[in-house]
Amino acid sequence: MFAIAAVVFGGAVVLLLLAWIGRGSEGFPVLGKREKLEGRAVVVFGIVVPVVVLVVVFAFANLVVIKDTDAPRASSTAMTVEVTGHQWFWEVRYPGTPAVTANEIHIPVRTRVSLVAKTDDVIHSIWIPRLNRKIDTVPGHPNRILLEADKPGRYRGQCGEFCGLQHTHMAMYVFADTPDRFRSWLRNMESSRRTPDTASERSGERVFLDNQCASCHTVRGTPARGDVGPDLTHLQSRTTLAGLTIPNTGPYLASWIRNPQHIKPGNKMPSLGLSQPEREKLLDYLESLR
Amino acid sequence: MATIASPKARERLDRLERIWEEPPGIVGWLTTVDHKRIGLMFFFTSLAFFAAGGVEALLIRTQLIGPNNGLLSPNAFNEAMTMHGVTMIFLVVVPMSIGAFGNYLLPLMIGARDLAFPRLNALSFWIYLASGLFVYTGLAIGSAPNAGWFDYLPLGSKEFSPGPNIDFYTLGLIFNGLSSTATASNLVVTTFKLRAPGMSLNRMPLFCYAMLATSFALVFALPPLNTALVFLELDRALGFHFFDIAKGGDSLLWQHLFWIFGHPEVYIIILPAFGIATAIIPTFTRRKMVAFPLVALAEVLVAFIGFGVWAHHMFAVGLDTITTVYFAAASLIIVIPSGIQLFAWITTIVTGTPRFKTPLLWIVGFIVLFLLGGLSGITFAAIPFDQQLTDTYYVVAHFHYVIFGAAVFPLLGGMYYWFPKVTGRLYFERVGQASFWLSFVGMNLTFFPMHIVGLLGMPRRQYTYPGDLGWTGYNLVETLGAYLLACGLLLVVGNLAVSRFRGKAAGNDPWGGDTLEWSTSSPPPSYNYAVIPRVTSPYAMWDREDREADVRDLTGGGERVLEEGHETPASSVLDADWDEILDMPSKSWSPLILAVVLAAGFAMLLAEHYVVAAVCGALALLVLAGWHWKEPQEA
Repeated sequence: MFAIAAVVFGGAVVLLLLAWIGRGSEGFPVLGKREKLEGRAVVVFGIVVPVVVLVVVFAFANLVVIKDTDAPRASSTAMTVEVTGHQWFWEVRYPGTPAVTANEIHIPVRTRVSLVAKTDDVIHSIWIPRLNRKIDTVPGHPNRILLEADKPGRYRGQCGEFCGLQHTHMAMYVFADTPDRFRSWLRNMESSRRTPDTASERSGERVFLDNQCASCHTVRGTPARGDVGPDLTHLQSRTTLAGLTIPNTGPYLASWIRNPQHIKPGNKMPSLGLSQPEREKLLDYLESLR
Repeated sequence: MATIASPKARERLDRLERIWEEPPGIVGWLTTVDHKRIGLMFFFTSLAFFAAGGVEALLIRTQLIGPNNGLLSPNAFNEAMTMHGVTMIFLVVVPMSIGAFGNYLLPLMIGARDLAFPRLNALSFWIYLASGLFVYTGLAIGSAPNAGWFDYLPLGSKEFSPGPNIDFYTLGLIFNGLSSTATASNLVVTTFKLRAPGMSLNRMPLFCYAMLATSFALVFALPPLNTALVFLELDRALGFHFFDIAKGGDSLLWQHLFWIFGHPEVYIIILPAFGIATAIIPTFTRRKMVAFPLVALAEVLVAFIGFGVWAHHMFAVGLDTITTVYFAAASLIIVIPSGIQLFAWITTIVTGTPRFKTPLLWIVGFIVLFLLGGLSGITFAAIPFDQQLTDTYYVVAHFHYVIFGAAVFPLLGGMYYWFPKVTGRLYFERVGQASFWLSFVGMNLTFFPMHIVGLLGMPRRQYTYPGDLGWTGYNLVETLGAYLLACGLLLVVGNLAVSRFRGKAAGNDPWGGDTLEWSTSSPPPSYNYAVIPRVTSPYAMWDREDREADVRDLTGGGERVLEEGHETPASSVLDADWDEILDMPSKSWSPLILAVVLAAGFAMLLAEHYVVAAVCGALALLVLAGWHWKEPQEA
């Protein structure tokens, strides 16, 4: 496509240069003044050439390539991942299992996965450029595309449709794992939260449940059943926080809890006004959610 | 007009002068119905909004100069990018091209003394000004629209955008639509009925074809937009559910309605520019356009086919494959009329004897940029490609090549081209050429890297970006390019502003122009032509004998002077045979008052004072009644 475009563009620029060179005389620079030829040039370059080129490009792209970007046939895929857009994070579910995560999708490599695109609020667009097309999440119209990675690795993706204040910080990763790694990851994700071991973790869980945290977040195995923010049951299985805004490491997590509005202004998480000791316990607890 | 010697001619001119004279000073401007004065008001107002939209663009580019920059808050960025789009599309390009260029030039080119409905024309301007100020009031009070210029639902609904921001958008654009509709209808009727005797449709300049096609497209494209906006405001203000899936509505309805308007809008934006190109090219190449009928046909076809391609803005929403393939095919068809025009321009330049003066330079620049924008546009008809690159900087690059390169460049070339006609003075040629090269280089530095950064995966409408994705260098170049471009544009304005006072006298026809406007004085008198010209070809100004006959008519007893009243002739639609003589309305306060009352009504709708809004509506009807009160005709 780019080669054809380059040829057309180059041709036109050459013609304009010829006009500059031949600015002193009438008619074509080399061929001279020939009325019929002028009309024919317009017909050939303006109608015939474009029609031929366009038909070829169109047929290739929209009849051949398009098969890979269409919704996959239900019988042709081995598993399903459901991705739901929220202002401003991605909720990821694996239908048939209780596993829930956010912003980081794990799939087995070389496996045809059906990605179901949904939204909880406005229109977002799921876009992992190296794996497939962009697909909008439209209220009331769940969409499907194929997600298939040939090589193991980490693929970056992000929201492709403007979805409000923090559209910018709504990125995601797709991890294409070997089948074994994927299975063990999924087994872990299916389980409820790891029971707190230490006294600090236990009181951290109390801080979590007694403050606003639990009204917005879910931690399976506890009474926390909120659905405003991401599921935190296996928070430590993720490498990033806040839609890839910061890495998921102790210091970043601590600063996020202290002032989430500083890092991602306008996101729905408030500063909780916890005391320093409370924050430390909470952090211990969150770091135990592997 | 050549020198007028005979006392008889002098006397007739004096009569015309008295009949068409308007009050001096500010009152004259507030009550004017002269298409040239209204055109100038459109011009300066849209220029002011162009500056505002330009500042917004520079803010956006400055914010994106490097990763994780904090110049603008996320909301300020979203307001800036939304206002930039709304301003440039609705308050700059359309009013500038049809409100200023169409208004000022169309009657001159067809040999008429005014538009068909002069007072409606004044109303168009005052509504345009009021609607622009209305939208900008939102910015002034810190509640500018912030959901993008196409304001997708449900993001723009009350639930997700509770403030008045989106109401400024909705009501402001409905208000603005009144102005565009009025101007467009006015231009359609004028083109069909007020052409000079002999100017049958096949002898009409291509500029007028472009204006006619644009005006038709506007009249048909605005109703879907207005429908969508009224639905949205009903949803927001009164709790209707047109776009609410939970209550049986659908947010996709908005996208369809918006783009049924939005795609023809693209052609509405560039067709006048095509018209300007077809006016400038013959003059500066000293030859007639190659393939004139094909080009005229292409201009009309573009406007028509533009209505059948809207869903190519929606290839990522998950429409059926069969639907997307249909729309991709329809979108490809539009390449053909564009290709015809492009190669007709190029062939004309190549085979003519071009003088590369400033106006032609802008047009050559336009051809190059339109070609690039068109070629990148074709790639979107490959559906899988579109699904990758829609909503990335690749699409931002594409539509700026089309809208800035293909629509604004000819407008700038047109400013230089008709500057001598409007002011009677010449601009500074060297500065003009410098301003072109600065803008051309700046434009390409700003927008070309966007193709690459889009292909690298940078989505549009992000207020910042991470530094580790390889986007930083491109963004830096884009921002520097934007400043260079701004310098080029300031140089255009500076050149014209200084030339207005210091430029050399231009005379009637400094370029050897091909169309009628060059036959009258510069600036044209309030009645445009002392003798209504008689036309025998599309290049009326190159028919020397016809123009000399016009002059003889003035000295002799010719009836085409119409010095008995405030009159212009009407002619038949196809052949432009002299039909009847129309009494034209003269100056009036009514359009201004009506626009003010309507603005108050829209402000009250925004404030949800519906009773007061209804009172404003009733007042508007009273003003209309006053408007149509038959006033005594002036001598």
